[in-house]
Amino acid sequence: MSGPEPASVRGDALLPLRFDGVGLRRGRATLLDGLTFRLDAGPITAILGPNGAGKTTVLRLAHGLIAPTSGRIEWRGGAVRARRQSALLFQHPVLLRRSASANVRYALALHGVPRTVRAERAQAALAAMGLEAFAGRPARELSGGEQQRLALARARSLRPTVLFLDEPAAALDPAAMRELETAILRLRDEGTKVVFTTHDLDQARRMADEVLLLHRGHLVERSAAAAFFSGPRTDEGRRFLERTLHS
Amino acid sequence: MGILEGFQTALGLIAAGDRELLGVVALSLRVTGTALVGSALVGLPLGAAMGVFRFPGRRLVVTLVNALMGLPPVVVGLAVYLLLSREGPFATLGLLFTPEAMMVAQTALILPIVVALTTQTVEDLWGEYGDQLRSLGATRVRALPTLLFEGRAAVVTVLLAGLGRALAEVGAVQIVGGNIRGITRTMTTTIALETSRGDLALAMGLGLVLMGLAVVINGGAELLRGRAALVRT
Repeated sequence: MSGPEPASVRGDALLPLRFDGVGLRRGRATLLDGLTFRLDAGPITAILGPNGAGKTTVLRLAHGLIAPTSGRIEWRGGAVRARRQSALLFQHPVLLRRSASANVRYALALHGVPRTVRAERAQAALAAMGLEAFAGRPARELSGGEQQRLALARARSLRPTVLFLDEPAAALDPAAMRELETAILRLRDEGTKVVFTTHDLDQARRMADEVLLLHRGHLVERSAAAAFFSGPRTDEGRRFLERTLHS
Repeated sequence: MGILEGFQTALGLIAAGDRELLGVVALSLRVTGTALVGSALVGLPLGAAMGVFRFPGRRLVVTLVNALMGLPPVVVGLAVYLLLSREGPFATLGLLFTPEAMMVAQTALILPIVVALTTQTVEDLWGEYGDQLRSLGATRVRALPTLLFEGRAAVVTVLLAGLGRALAEVGAVQIVGGNIRGITRTMTTTIALETSRGDLALAMGLGLVLMGLAVVINGGAELLRGRAALVRT
């Protein structure tokens, strides 16, 4: 089965996700400061910004891996439900030392999916990412692009309502990147809210509906993607585009 | 008896399947095997938990367990002796000078090794896997067996280190077992005794068996490590 597999909960039952004055300090360093925004169901959101802006930290906070030191993070559907119905794809996903299929089945087991249906759901998730032929292969022997797609298959098998992706295509070749983007867009079509960080402006242009621009731990601009790329409203936005385009 | 003649006699004892020699080998393996299983059952989960959980005083506990790895066997033997002796709190168990007392002593000897090395292994793995496992919905408790399985090759090495320590030690089993012929005499205590008596044939025979066992066990462990790396579930 590789057809549409809807998210387990409708996005508008879980979202919006609100960041209300969220800050994060580590020792004397302020990683995020007074971050306030909301994410709604539907559009693909790209979080942009230079290195150290706090993009990955925002994803980790939203997914509940770390807690803010100030401010509040609220999900309409509640934090506990959000934790189970959101998934985070890491820039360098960690795959277990077992087969591709067993990696997906492991995630399903953690989510309490009955053993009798795990294999079928794992196979469906792998097929949706074009990995059915690799089901029995050790996950760590797959190529970088295949490993990313396997990580996405693992996340997809959980039928997340919200999918956070941290630099999902970093270090992938163009063909692998295209395959990954197609898979992500398919997830969006199935009803999953997608939020991703990237350094790749072309990728952001291709995929994002809206853009959040972070700069040194602050949210400096939020715009529709088309508007942002045709003319940012802020100086930071203009400088970021100029620097990134000329780097 | 010269060394060469001693070797010939020793090989003869092994080839003939000498009852005394086989009995000593069997008891050694039973005592050490039981101690290893006991240490693994307690030490692997305990070490994994110490590698994953953070609690006040954890550094101190880890340092203490690391220090216990270097405990001299005679000290462990003495401690177990005092616990099991007529004046000790566990005298009623009547374990002193039995194989069971030797199992207790060897367990006490290798448990810190298993705990300390497992802690280090799992702590490193938690650094690599922690966020990913938590992201997938694993609690720290649920992550413990996963991390032990992921680190299975290292776990084999941990158990091998414990086995080596138990198989080679003399002092603890001598003190709590009493080195009673046919009852608590192990390979190492027999080698020590027969050497002091000048009966080099049996001592050398057991020495050869001990070395052979070390080679076989290490070879088996190497195979296991190789299979662990290739396992496809």
